[in-house]
Amino acid sequence: MKIRFVLNGETTELDVPGDRRVVDVLREDVGLTGAKESCGSGDCGACTILVDGESRLSCLMLAAQLQGRRITTIEGLGSEAQLHPIQSAFTQYGAVQCGFCIPGMVLATADLLKRNPSPSREQIRRGLGGNLCRCTGYQKIVDAVQAAASRSADHEKPLRDDK
Amino acid sequence: MKNKDKPPELQPFFDKNIAGDVVPSIGISMPRIDAYAKVTGRERYAADYYGFDMIWAGVKRAGIPHARLKSVNTQAAENLPGVIAVLTHKNISGSNRQGVIRKDQPVLVDDKVRHCGDAVALVLAEDKETLAKAIKLTSADFEPLPGVFTTETALEENAPLVHEDHPGGNVLLKASLEIGSVQSAKEHCDVLVEACFETPLVEHAYLETEAGWAQLKEDGKLEIVASTQTPFRDRMEVADALGLEPERIRMIAPYAGGAFGGKDGVTVQSLLGLAALHANGRPVKMWWSREESFIAGTKRHAARMYYRLGAKADGSLHSLDTRLYFDTGPYDHLGGVVITLALEHSGGPYRIPNVSFKGWAVYTNNPIGGAFRGFGVAQVTAAMEQMMDMLAEKLAMDPLKLRLKNAVRKGDKNCVGVTLTHSTGLVECLEAVARHPLWTERAAWKSKAGPFKRRGAGIVALMHASGYGPVVPDVANAKVELTAEGKIKVYCGVVDMGQGNAATNLQIAGSILCQNVDRIELILPDTDRTLPSGSASASRCTYTFGNALIGACETLKLRILQRAADLLMVDDCDETALIPGAVRHLPTGREIPLHRLATFMNESERTATQRFRAPTAKEIPPVGNEIRLHGFPHTLFSYGAHLVRVEVNELTGVVDVKRYLSVSDCGKIINPHVYEQQIQGAIAQGIGYALSEEVQVNEGKVLTADLATFIIPAASDVPEIESQPVEIYEPSGPYGLKGVGEIATNGPLPAIANAVADACGVRIFRSPLTPSRVLRALRERLSEGGVH
Repeated sequence: MKIRFVLNGETTELDVPGDRRVVDVLREDVGLTGAKESCGSGDCGACTILVDGESRLSCLMLAAQLQGRRITTIEGLGSEAQLHPIQSAFTQYGAVQCGFCIPGMVLATADLLKRNPSPSREQIRRGLGGNLCRCTGYQKIVDAVQAAASRSADHEKPLRDDK
Repeated sequence: MKNKDKPPELQPFFDKNIAGDVVPSIGISMPRIDAYAKVTGRERYAADYYGFDMIWAGVKRAGIPHARLKSVNTQAAENLPGVIAVLTHKNISGSNRQGVIRKDQPVLVDDKVRHCGDAVALVLAEDKETLAKAIKLTSADFEPLPGVFTTETALEENAPLVHEDHPGGNVLLKASLEIGSVQSAKEHCDVLVEACFETPLVEHAYLETEAGWAQLKEDGKLEIVASTQTPFRDRMEVADALGLEPERIRMIAPYAGGAFGGKDGVTVQSLLGLAALHANGRPVKMWWSREESFIAGTKRHAARMYYRLGAKADGSLHSLDTRLYFDTGPYDHLGGVVITLALEHSGGPYRIPNVSFKGWAVYTNNPIGGAFRGFGVAQVTAAMEQMMDMLAEKLAMDPLKLRLKNAVRKGDKNCVGVTLTHSTGLVECLEAVARHPLWTERAAWKSKAGPFKRRGAGIVALMHASGYGPVVPDVANAKVELTAEGKIKVYCGVVDMGQGNAATNLQIAGSILCQNVDRIELILPDTDRTLPSGSASASRCTYTFGNALIGACETLKLRILQRAADLLMVDDCDETALIPGAVRHLPTGREIPLHRLATFMNESERTATQRFRAPTAKEIPPVGNEIRLHGFPHTLFSYGAHLVRVEVNELTGVVDVKRYLSVSDCGKIINPHVYEQQIQGAIAQGIGYALSEEVQVNEGKVLTADLATFIIPAASDVPEIESQPVEIYEPSGPYGLKGVGEIATNGPLPAIANAVADACGVRIFRSPLTPSRVLRALRERLSEGGVH
């Protein structure tokens, strides 16, 4: 079926089976491999994307559900030349090790900070509870999220969740 | 906040996105260079390789734990439109055997199925959907055989044999060591404690499941990209299994999405190689599902460990008797090496004059036991460190003082007879814990537990060897190049699976050659481009490769300075210095840019290499050659002491880990961020090992094949962790460093078990300490009329 949606700020039209998983559409049809598949069953959060600014699991979404939505993947959040403040905080605070969970973690953080601009460490830990990381022990991820939040508060500008 | 303790203070925020103009220094927390591509989603892991005209490959798994294979029925799948090939062992012209020490694992089963995850057929299809259908349509005729599913039954006389051709029967390897006399020593002990500990089978649960991509190139070269820790060894294994010349195979190892030992050896590699040989030059991708990773991937060995520890009334350890049974599953993988390292560490970091250690790695029809961060040491540390607390209790002695009394110091012989000639900072670690408020103020904290809550604190002492031991050379070969464009290329021979060694290599090269980050390029492990440098394992990566890299960089630096001095027509290259992008003649200020200098040098002159072999123990303790071949003994150890505070809910049995302190002697630190990452991440894994992680298996079938039933810690399951280094300079290490990758994994299980015992007076000998086990133990204690 023909599906029209906004992907990282650009209107996109695809002709794909409506029951194709969104993670496959993104990775295989569009070539955006930033959304990772790790469990395929909604347990880990590695495939997190933003749908109209809210975090969703692309392994549990079907292509038809993209219709008319604004989708942000990690590729649309920032670039290496122009990192999003959350991405910048993740690099500076040592939140990245193997990095396979990181795209999902960063996008989940964008959603979290939009709902709660200055979360406590415990709120961050709970807010990111759906995103598993096997490398870091989460502490530096919490540091980075706190830093991104306080930086955003300092500059009094909202975090961009998509373009 | 989890409790009223303050979070660690945040460091100043760097506004710069990429610190490309920074010249690296040793000892500073530089942002990892790999983080930028990872955080923007642009990093290409093995799982991210696709490509024009690509084929999907997948495996038909046996699904039965022990059976003779009679035939594979491929016809139905082959008839399905979109199926390119269905391959069996008959399509393999090589040995069809893989393995690091003992080559006992088939690529595709030929004679016998030995566990449910065995690969019976390899299917190639145009797309994932067709592949899944074709795998379902492929079937096999088996003659089921009785299986062995525990180490006890596997060791019984007349037990079914997993490998009929193995001289040791179901004993893959028996390792033993005797020093002094345990028998007579018993008479000399004032106190004896005895226990049996059981630790579970555990999944690595890296986020990137086993993945790879392969293509047969026009020139006949087989190119394999894989998520692996061991590209150079993989090449030899694939060549042997498939009957190819190793030179025909090119292994490429991108950043791995986690590995922790589970990618130490072949996973998808031979299967992908075989698929590519039958794909008419089209690229082939294989990516195991999470379920497949659980069923077919390697695991941390489940273990049963018998301990008897004797001491004098003053607390000095006198004798230790251990028997270790490790379930290695159906294949060697690294099971023999794991049991050997377990044996070496089974007495912990203590002086014990009389020891008798015995260990068995036992074949069963369970999932494959293999390498997993900690590598056998996690299991024995769980046992020994609980024994120390049990002994302390019996002696009515402070558990920390007991450990300090027996702790190894530099110059001592450890309990397996090796003289500790390298830095040995255990006492410093224990003393730091002893001074810490989390320890000194624990009584007040414990007394404030709320209703139906009990609080406790637990400590452990740790040691972990680094490197391969005495026989297998622990060698790295570093290569560094001044490119024609005047930049620096660092050829990394050791995989970065997340531990951060690639970024550390950049830090070392940039620091020595005084080049800013933007001027340095890392070439990741690739058998055609980088030099063999061993596996990413054994807490060896930065120790061994870093030493080689320092040598290569110093050689290149001298060559650059000498050539620059020649061009500047000055006598002494001591008057010149490398600066970012150039060499400067210091007395005159004249400069020659590196890109100009490079035009005067040919390629071989612009390249420097250096080999480094890690030191080995020179003593020969009383063990057989077989055990030495499996890595016994080591000479270089990292040390640590951990402290944990827990709160146990008496109504639910839930153990809440409140605070964690780790003090480590891992030598000097090159990048504090990377050091902390390794410590914190290892502790989180250890907390999972202690409290929730257990691969449940029934008659060889995995019952917990997803992340909903095999529970790894989420962010709120991990407390704030304080990781203090005691930075003792290790003269043999790069900038004084020792390995940090594994040691902290070994601490949480015994520390938490000791804290639970401290809180509730119950000791649970079987881990993980799940709420139901804790609750049962609390009830049993109540029914025994214990104090409550």
